[in-house]
Amino acid sequence: MSDVTASAAFVRPTLAEPRDPPKSFVGPFAWARAHLFGSIFDALLTAFGLFLLGWIAWTVLDFALFRAVWSAKDGETCRAEGVGACWPYVEAYWKQFVYGRYPAEERWRPTLVFAIFAATLIPLAMPKVPYKRANVIAFLVGMPIASYFLLTGGVFGLEPVETTLWGGLLVTLIVSVVGIVCSLPLGILLALGRRSKLPIIKMLCIVTIEFWRGVPLITVLFMASNMLPLFMPEGMEVDKLLRALIGVAIFTSAYLAETIRGGLQAIPKGQYEGAMALGLGYWQMMGLIVMPQALKLVIPGIVNSFISLFKDTTLVLIVSIFDLLGMIQASLADPVWISPVTGKTGYLVAAVTFWVFCFGMSRYSQWMERRLATGHKR
Amino acid sequence: MKTRILAATFGVLMGTTATVALAGTLDDVKNKGFVQCGVSQGLAGFSQPDSAGNWTGLDVDFCRSLASAIFNDPTKVKFTPLSAKERFTALQSGEIDVLSRNTTWTMSRDTKQGKFAGVMYYDGQGFMIRKSLGITSAKQLGGASVCTNTGTTTELNLADWFRTQKLDYKVVSFEKSEEVVKAYDAGRCDVLTTDASGLYAERLKLTKPDEHIVLPEIISKEPLGPMVRQGDDAWFNVVKWTYYALLTAEELGITKANADDTLAKTENPDVKRFLGKDGSFGADIGLTNAWAFQIVKNMGNYGELFEKNVGETSPLKISRGINALWTKGGLQYAPPVR
Repeated sequence: MSDVTASAAFVRPTLAEPRDPPKSFVGPFAWARAHLFGSIFDALLTAFGLFLLGWIAWTVLDFALFRAVWSAKDGETCRAEGVGACWPYVEAYWKQFVYGRYPAEERWRPTLVFAIFAATLIPLAMPKVPYKRANVIAFLVGMPIASYFLLTGGVFGLEPVETTLWGGLLVTLIVSVVGIVCSLPLGILLALGRRSKLPIIKMLCIVTIEFWRGVPLITVLFMASNMLPLFMPEGMEVDKLLRALIGVAIFTSAYLAETIRGGLQAIPKGQYEGAMALGLGYWQMMGLIVMPQALKLVIPGIVNSFISLFKDTTLVLIVSIFDLLGMIQASLADPVWISPVTGKTGYLVAAVTFWVFCFGMSRYSQWMERRLATGHKR
Repeated sequence: MKTRILAATFGVLMGTTATVALAGTLDDVKNKGFVQCGVSQGLAGFSQPDSAGNWTGLDVDFCRSLASAIFNDPTKVKFTPLSAKERFTALQSGEIDVLSRNTTWTMSRDTKQGKFAGVMYYDGQGFMIRKSLGITSAKQLGGASVCTNTGTTTELNLADWFRTQKLDYKVVSFEKSEEVVKAYDAGRCDVLTTDASGLYAERLKLTKPDEHIVLPEIISKEPLGPMVRQGDDAWFNVVKWTYYALLTAEELGITKANADDTLAKTENPDVKRFLGKDGSFGADIGLTNAWAFQIVKNMGNYGELFEKNVGETSPLKISRGINALWTKGGLQYAPPVR
């Protein structure tokens, strides 16, 4: 015993002060050396990457800012040699890019719809905000009804506005939001139906999914807008935008169904058995136990579908519904603003707008995934 | 049993369709109170919305003239922008009343898809070239390189024309017209070819538009005009004579500005018949006798519409050429009103 005490005499009672790591292993320089200039090949790649980035940034900035035309009455100034982006053209047309040909004196209505949309969606997207149930009802029931009456008019003394006049970002958002909101429940039902044990339901779901996945979206839209009227009795007309909306929603739901089915297959059998052992019925089991887990697993796939749906909205142009890109392309034909740079300016605006929306969706989904990553994180 | 019910339902449906169709487009238009006009999705000078969202252009003004003839109000018209693919189905399905969408009058279209009521613009494929080359005629283009779109009739017309002229040439072709213009602007070819009306719009996309000229030769026929459904003569007459009224007004020297004056003072029997002081030409086609006066008063004559939309006063600066009246060496000719 005493031996131990004696031998412990030269054990330090306190820990030695930790020393700083060598200078060459900390700080931004060390990081850069390790990650960017680790070898000659890495250094070359880094230099090339930096050059490429700088070159792209310079080209875009040079076009969009330094050489840009900032004020002009018409396209004459933009036709000069060596000028960059023609911003006065965007200034003259931005209202059409947002509202399409919606009558100027009625544009407050789409603006109000945008506001209601933001006011119901943003709190819904933030988990900390209370009253989720009321919020969901406001977003899924209140917002669509209010938007419908506000946009189409014809009631409460509002001037009726035909859907052919709608356009721009308004239509892009309508098509994508309606597509997203309608296709998710439809997709869930189709996915459940496809795994159902009832043969008729199963067959119906399989046929629906395979049919809609088998035809291109362009064909769906074209059939809906051009062939359908030929089969319908004269005088009976279904609104063109509505036809496109239904087409887009069903088309996306077929893809979503398969994504969700992937999630369902990843749920271990024990979960089902556990739920049944608790005495839950089919819908309770699906709604409380299986679906929450399955949906969480397939968030990347679902958001993937939503982003591609958002970008596919540009296809409605072929049935003469003018979404954001369609409005921009139509405006390019205006002889007043025609110039060598007008087209590039318009497409730059479209690219930036689409990027903002798609990037926003993608970031939000990644954040949601991390928030919901309970027990699945590796 | 079921089949019989189905057949009966189908028959009833077809029956109603037939009766509705028999009612005639003119009556339908009068009942709904506006003309539904199919236009392009945006073509400079012919039909495109301006920055305020109003439709402008030669094809658009034709529809406004039609509305003026029927309602004495050029605003009673609604425009449906159509892609090239869907335009004929839109006409046949009754979605639109008249298709005024830079559509080339060809035999198959005129016999199968509908009826052409006239030629609002005689177009044709032309050449654009740099002034500095000093070439004045397409016949001097031997050995030139030509920029064009791939897989279009433009490319085929080009090949035909150079072969008949026994000239050498080199094709530089691209998928999109934006690329064609860019290549020409960058000097990758000597000549740019497309429809002549398009050439003037493309010229504005060049860095120095004034350094390029359009050669006088036109190597294909592209008569563009309004189109209606087949089997509805009353409506066809109204559309056709709206077009003729625009021409006749120019021929008789009646303009938007002097229409009132002419109506009050004229002693010319031609003018009297045209403006509805004599005879009942308007009433005979289901309109008012002042139909032609309404067109000119609201819209102007053909020459005015041409100058405003595509002519020298517009950014496109297209000269009248073969679109001049027959009295001035052009092809625009209207039968007499009598």
